Amino acid sequence: MSAAKNINITLKIWRQKNSKAKGNLETYKLNDVSTASSFLEMLDQLNEQLINDKIEPIAFDHDCREGICGMCSLYINGRAHGPDTGITTCQLHMRMFKDGDTIFVEPWRSRAFPVIKDLVVDRSAFDRIQQAGGFVSVNTSGNTIDANATPIAKDDADKAFMAAACIGCGACVATCKNGSAMLFVGAKVSQYALLPQGKVEATNRVLNMVRQMDEEGFGNCTNTGACEVECPKGISLENIARMNREYLKASVK
Amino acid sequence: MKLDSKIPEGHISQKWTDYKDHLKLVAPNNRPKIDIIVVGTGLAGASAAASLGEMGYNVKAFCFQDSPRRAHSIAAQGGINAAKNYQNDGDSIFRLFYDTIKGGDYRAREANVHRLAEVSGNIIDQCVAQGVPFARDYGGLLDNRSFGGTQVQRTFYAAGQTGQQLLLGAYSALSRQIGLGRVKMFNRHEMLDLVKVDGKARGIIARNLVTGELERHSAHAVVIASGGYGNVYFLSTNAMGSNVTAGWKIHKQGALFANPCFVQIHPTCIPVHGTNQAKLTLMSESLRNSGRIWVPKKKEDAEAIRAGKLKPTQLAEEDRDYFLERRYPAFGNLVPRDVASRAAKERCDAGHGIEANDTNEGVYLDFSTEIQNKGKQAAYAQGNHNPSAEEVTKLGKAWLEEKYGNLFTMYQKITDENPYETPMKIYPAVHYTMGGVWVDYNLQSTIPGCFVAGEANFSDHGANRLGASALMQGLADGYFVLPYTVSNYLADEIRTGKISTDLPEFSEAENRVKDSIDKFLNNKGSKSVDHFHKRLGLIMWNKVGMGRNEAGLKEAITEITALKEEFYRDVNVPGNADELNPQLEKALRVADFIDLGQLMAMDALQRNESCGGHFREEYQDAEGETLRDDENFSFVGAWEYKGDDITKEELHKEELKYEFIKIAARNYK
Repeated sequence: MSAAKNINITLKIWRQKNSKAKGNLETYKLNDVSTASSFLEMLDQLNEQLINDKIEPIAFDHDCREGICGMCSLYINGRAHGPDTGITTCQLHMRMFKDGDTIFVEPWRSRAFPVIKDLVVDRSAFDRIQQAGGFVSVNTSGNTIDANATPIAKDDADKAFMAAACIGCGACVATCKNGSAMLFVGAKVSQYALLPQGKVEATNRVLNMVRQMDEEGFGNCTNTGACEVECPKGISLENIARMNREYLKASVK
Repeated sequence: MKLDSKIPEGHISQKWTDYKDHLKLVAPNNRPKIDIIVVGTGLAGASAAASLGEMGYNVKAFCFQDSPRRAHSIAAQGGINAAKNYQNDGDSIFRLFYDTIKGGDYRAREANVHRLAEVSGNIIDQCVAQGVPFARDYGGLLDNRSFGGTQVQRTFYAAGQTGQQLLLGAYSALSRQIGLGRVKMFNRHEMLDLVKVDGKARGIIARNLVTGELERHSAHAVVIASGGYGNVYFLSTNAMGSNVTAGWKIHKQGALFANPCFVQIHPTCIPVHGTNQAKLTLMSESLRNSGRIWVPKKKEDAEAIRAGKLKPTQLAEEDRDYFLERRYPAFGNLVPRDVASRAAKERCDAGHGIEANDTNEGVYLDFSTEIQNKGKQAAYAQGNHNPSAEEVTKLGKAWLEEKYGNLFTMYQKITDENPYETPMKIYPAVHYTMGGVWVDYNLQSTIPGCFVAGEANFSDHGANRLGASALMQGLADGYFVLPYTVSNYLADEIRTGKISTDLPEFSEAENRVKDSIDKFLNNKGSKSVDHFHKRLGLIMWNKVGMGRNEAGLKEAITEITALKEEFYRDVNVPGNADELNPQLEKALRVADFIDLGQLMAMDALQRNESCGGHFREEYQDAEGETLRDDENFSFVGAWEYKGDDITKEELHKEELKYEFIKIAARNYK
């Protein structure tokens, strides 16, 4: 391990009292940040300092802090989840920054993700898209066929898994100039489209999920590929292509 | 109070089937007249809410996260057990039942555990039907791997993201019911009290975390599925928001809290890096299928490694101590978690730790042997019977990447070291809590109408949980147990009608919550909530952690009394009640952790034996193994709340009877 050292940084952080208030960037100085700390541990340290200085601490979303729950969501120096690839903000470490750096921290920016407070945004639009069709309509009785009754080619199973690895963080939307949610929706549609269990409802699923996506105010896809670059789970653009095929197939039926 | 576990009569293999056949039902036309609240949307909560909604009840589900998909079940990595015997290695329901009881060091209820083993196969069927993408082999069938404490391969998995895939499966079932209007979802809401009317659970007070509004919600039954309490230690593998508040609030309303001292310290986590650390990251137990755990044999080598003068890869084979393989040849690196954790602590306490942090606490998890073995196998499978060393290493690494790629990447991001080239550094950390709210066979607490599921209850894992069994229990409770037992309870509620939230009991509960919030916000103390939480964590880790003794536990109890007094006097909670206020949320949770921490120390003090994760230093044999006392401690210790002074809580005992398994010393040698 490259030995940890302490650095001093300046932070420019978006502060916004609530969804209706006008926000602005505030400047904070923070000293003695260990480069072994995660980015969110650095924010904890800043909040501790703010509380001691009687300044209201910064609200930010976070939970598992190991890159899987999808709750953390920061735009750092102009990049979703900051200057590293294949990670969420909680996995970003301060060794990516240098002593004396100024770091800009903003919330996800998208019409469909309104700011609730400071760096916290409302991503419930994703839940509603899932509710519109992101499931297999099977009752939870346990009385289904044996799990091994239908063999599934390993290649399909692996691809479905790779699509299902999406954590619903919204980095794809935040980084897209159109605010498109196609990578998120494409991943869910693909997971089911690749598995025999999902084929029965494939038509309704893709139509309903896309309809809901449009209603939520997400933009369209213009194939810039920014989403794939920033996706912490490496969800491939192929999923968008697959969704488009599914959508076309469903539309001409 | 006499504890009635309501375990049905009959042979162990028939109990659940017979019992289920005679439970009362609620007819489909009556179900829409009945309201159910589910708190928590992890595996247990999401599966319960989805199943009950699907049956036709009106369900309200609550989670504090911004979406039900974030619940911490999502972070489970390694797998889920099921007695399918797909690998033809002699597995059966009985063996899964036996392994779980033995793994729990004979401190779990036979009947509950057998039921869990019985439904385990249905879970896999159900999840596959929902489109959960488990790992498969080239024949298209489901793949399995081994976990600690077993000698069969019964663990189903999806790379190192099994919890994520299962939770997203349950979330999809829940989403379906939300879309159909059968479940109403309350994201960013936290339950802050239980409302009891005439002794029955009739609702909750929840705080809308965005607006700060206190809301009254009524129901005919309340299901608590709010997870475990590992964050009482501040540092743990739990999510930052994981808390005991829902469980503790019902405890204060009369639900007994069972075996709070049974905590699982997981052997393979990334070691602590410094004082600003907020949480610890687990490296899945599945890695012990492929990794070998060792420390340097000589202390001077350990010192040289810590000082950066020696690399682990430079240490000769004969200078390494593979201490698990040495002490436990039959199970080797796959001994249960409590055994592996204590063995690592023993080596580090003896001066062989390799991590250059304050405590030198760390051991190696080394994949070099596996790279060679799998590399050779892969080369042979490709028809190359005389591979070069480079080819073997390359193929071996590719094999590891396919099995554990995401874990290796995660490790590298956190530590800046490449585990394909140099062994991982690991150390035990708080991971799971076997203790929890006491429930009977129906998963009902001592409050009628208040059910508790998943990690939040105490029921299935005794004093130590085996790997890949938490996911199994969460889904078993939610999909296959609660739908029957909750319906049985509700069969007597079909004439009750809607419960009014204007009842005085709701106002009283709301006022209790409001008072505690106002008290914190008006306190204007000098120290942050985290300051107190970290101090509590240190007391717990040092005195109620991996090794416990009478003197330390007594000190912990006294110190927590003092800490509690100081917390209420001097905590500083900024902001207001009517807005998103994460510091206030934390303060309310830490208040409950302080009480619980004290109860944990009391429970550990009364249990004069060592069993599973509970290691009392006074009770060990000459080789440092746990010494159980079955004559005096074969019981569930369930505590009754007696007011603000936790030291006044009263212990009740539920005797554990082993009719079908012969109780024996737990031996993994």
